[in-house]
Amino acid sequence: MAGLWFWIVAVMVAAYVVLDGFDLGAGVIYLFAAKTNDERRQVLRAIGPVWDGNEVWLLAAGGTLYFAFPRLYASSFSGFYLPLTIVLWLLILRGIGIEFRAHIENRMWQDFFDVVFSGSSLLLAVFFGAALGNVVRGVPLDSTGYFFEPLWTNFKLSSRIGILDWYTVLIAVLALVTLTAHGSYYVALKTDADLGRRARGFALLCWPLQFFLTVISLVATYFIRPDIMTNYAKHPIGILVPIVVVVSLAVMLWANPNGKEKLAFVASSLYVTFMLVGAAFALYPVVLPARDHQYDLTIYNTAAGSHGLSVGLVWWTFAAVLAVSYFAFVYRKFRGKVQAGEGHY
Amino acid sequence: MDSALFVHRLHFAFTATFHYLFPQLTMGLALLIVVLKTIALRRNDPKYHEAARFWGRIFGINFVLGVVTGIPMEFQFGTNWSVFSRFAGGVIGQTLGMEGMFAFFLESAFLGLFLYGEKRLSPKAHWLSAVAVFVGSWLSGYFIIATDAFMQHPVGYFTAADGSLQLSSFWDFVLNPWAGWQYAHNMCGAAITGAFIMTAVGAFYLLSGKWTEYGRIFVKTGVIAGCLFSVLQIFPTGDGQGKMVAAQQPVTLAAMEGLFQGRTDAPLLILGQPNEQEGKIDNPLEVPGMLSMLTYKRWNAGVRGLDAFPKQDWPGNIPLLYYSYHIMVGLGTFFVAVMVVALFLLWTGRLFHARWMLWVLMLSAPFPYIANTAGWMTAELGRQPWLVYGLMRTEDGYSRLVSAGNGMFTLLGFMGMYTVLGILGLFLIRREIERGPLAESESRSGLHPAAEAR
Ligand code: HDD
Ligand code: HEM
Ligand code: HEM
Repeated sequence: MAGLWFWIVAVMVAAYVVLDGFDLGAGVIYLFAAKTNDERRQVLRAIGPVWDGNEVWLLAAGGTLYFAFPRLYASSFSGFYLPLTIVLWLLILRGIGIEFRAHIENRMWQDFFDVVFSGSSLLLAVFFGAALGNVVRGVPLDSTGYFFEPLWTNFKLSSRIGILDWYTVLIAVLALVTLTAHGSYYVALKTDADLGRRARGFALLCWPLQFFLTVISLVATYFIRPDIMTNYAKHPIGILVPIVVVVSLAVMLWANPNGKEKLAFVASSLYVTFMLVGAAFALYPVVLPARDHQYDLTIYNTAAGSHGLSVGLVWWTFAAVLAVSYFAFVYRKFRGKVQAGEGHY
Repeated sequence: MDSALFVHRLHFAFTATFHYLFPQLTMGLALLIVVLKTIALRRNDPKYHEAARFWGRIFGINFVLGVVTGIPMEFQFGTNWSVFSRFAGGVIGQTLGMEGMFAFFLESAFLGLFLYGEKRLSPKAHWLSAVAVFVGSWLSGYFIIATDAFMQHPVGYFTAADGSLQLSSFWDFVLNPWAGWQYAHNMCGAAITGAFIMTAVGAFYLLSGKWTEYGRIFVKTGVIAGCLFSVLQIFPTGDGQGKMVAAQQPVTLAAMEGLFQGRTDAPLLILGQPNEQEGKIDNPLEVPGMLSMLTYKRWNAGVRGLDAFPKQDWPGNIPLLYYSYHIMVGLGTFFVAVMVVALFLLWTGRLFHARWMLWVLMLSAPFPYIANTAGWMTAELGRQPWLVYGLMRTEDGYSRLVSAGNGMFTLLGFMGMYTVLGILGLFLIRREIERGPLAESESRSGLHPAAEAR
């Protein structure tokens, strides 16, 4: 039962990164790809009706995590106290950046919120990457089941580690590049003319970086945690992960210059999903590795009681079907390239 | 008090209090927007469509602030109250999970459609999206109240071998009797905020002679709803809450009422300052026997005072609790008085010209916020010293490894951030009110609203 919830949470996190990832990425390229006020409004209109719904995947994944693995939630959220609070501040800034810009037709007002929106999107991508890096690398848990990590110490993987060290910074940069590309594919898909062309250009620039960083980060991960290969060795189905990652990278490279915008976006979504699923596959059944492995948090020592978990399966399934159908409906209604003069953005 | 504990409490209290300034209007307006949209659809009246669009814009600004201040609330259970989360997460994780999965998805998906999709939807479908937003926000209210109700009155759990609480009965937990009254009372409170704000804006338009047609619609809708919910707020819901507190948390009731010594024919205190040193009320103004009557339906029923309980089980901040409770009840009485008079004037056709009454209605706008905040302070301070009533004390629940310094850092950050948010929000809402109901369609698409509404 706990194993099932592990995969449910993992898939929800992946859904969050795929969905909110494209509007974060759109935020990263926003200042550079969208030059005129009109183009900026087009980008905002492309994400406006959906960004809040996308962000709810973070809350729902968080709520589901709290429900299924309360001890993990308690340990990790208090341990990552400082970075998580900064993430909250960035989410606040980003939300108001998107929503408040359009309320006043004034150059200074709009320039200000443009920078707020774009800057917070970029930093969020970096922080999410660093968070993933921390989860893979392991944290200084002890026998109490708690830890507290400062933001940084000396960027080495020493005994006194911080949130940021060379490894987590590497993953952070990979996340930034990946989401930038992901957002560019989305903007290219939703807009046309100069804006769409520039977005495709950004995606093209990102590709080689994304490719090399993927390779480097996989090597680095193996270097700091060789045991990452155990599950892959045990369950050959894991081989699917690298195959999908490589194929989706290749498809992106081909589809983008050939004007297959939808295909490129789908490939990028697959890449993101499988990178995350790959990490989850490697960790399972550990949910938060400790630097000292005897204190690892696993699905077994963090899960809620079994009655709660089975009741949850009933309502979760029901709610998930509903949620997916709202999303399908909303995205259908707002499908196609954005049109002028619509919505308030 | 341990300073880390103090920082974590203040952290939560500050962010929760600030957050709740927004959802109360969200939930109240969501209901009133559905009312406006329904009338618009049935009468095919473009004015009501435009009225709904106007309130939709204000709703949108308010909603964003509710979302961005709500996300930190959810995180804080883990960041600031990790020991509590470990202890109670096996139970309250149910409702927190359901809130995200059922309510937030519904609300956020359809809000986008409601605000930006009017042209892509048929009028019926647009109405339906308003209903979905309403249902979503009221559902989210239920799940969070059920979470709080568990902390006030834990049910449906068992204590597992490792000492944590785990779910034993889903339905007992979700249908906690405490949550029933609390939800009804709290939602009436939210509807009161919505109604008073709508009325105040309408009164402002009538007084300043702008958008008077819309002013009438707003005042009329607001006053009818305001009167209904103000009455429901006191009876049966407030009364029900009070009886529940008397039965389950008698020490809380004694502190709320400032009853230091238990007695038969206990009086209801209208005014007076609690004097903890001497264990009495200074300058009391009271109605004899009324408290006994209200709680137990008998004039001479015995009510236990604070002296009946060991001091370590008393709520920590009795004066603040006492004042919060009396402010809430005082304002509740005021709301009924104002709204009954206004409804009478509306009925007899004089309200739109009774400038003095319109002034009163306009100036009353802040009071529901004060009453709702005071109500939550009553509930949360009254629960002290328990974090989960009778099971875990507040001093045992906070995150041990998050030092007072780190907590203070983020608390100050939130204070600064929220000050800016508050100013921005007020500024933008004031601007929408200034621009009035037709502004959007004229300035942004150049269409007449009637044409746009199809
Ligand atoms: C517009 C807001 C408003 C108004 C006018 C009132 N209340 Fe209230 N009250 C609330 C808004 C509120 C609230 C914010 O909704 C609370 C806080 C927690 C909760 O569930 O509801 C609450 C809680 C609350 C509690 C529970 C305290 C606890 O849990 O310890 C009681 C006993 C009352 N109320 C009683 C009353 C009475 C007798 C009123 C009569 C005038 C009244 N309230 C007016
Ligand atoms: C479901 C909703 C809520 C839950 C689960 C909840 C839970 C908590 C928790 C965990 C604390 C910290 C521990 C403590 O000091 O007791 C707290 C304190 C507090 N909360 Fe709530 N709260 C909720 C809603 C609210 C709202 C909406 C408000 C305000 C309008 C509020 C006001 C406060 C206050 C004032 C305190 C400080 C009490 C003190 O420090 O003595 N709460 N609450
Ligand atoms: C202290 C505990 C609380 C937590 C953890 C919490 C959590 C949240 C979160 C995460 C959001 C953002 C949702 C989104 O992205 O759409 C939110 C908004 C909301 N909350 Fe809270 N909340 C708390 C207190 C309350 C209370 C006491 C109520 C009312 C009874 C309430 C009602 C709402 C509503 C209706 C919304 C959506 C509308 C809006 O944002 O204005 N919340 N809350």
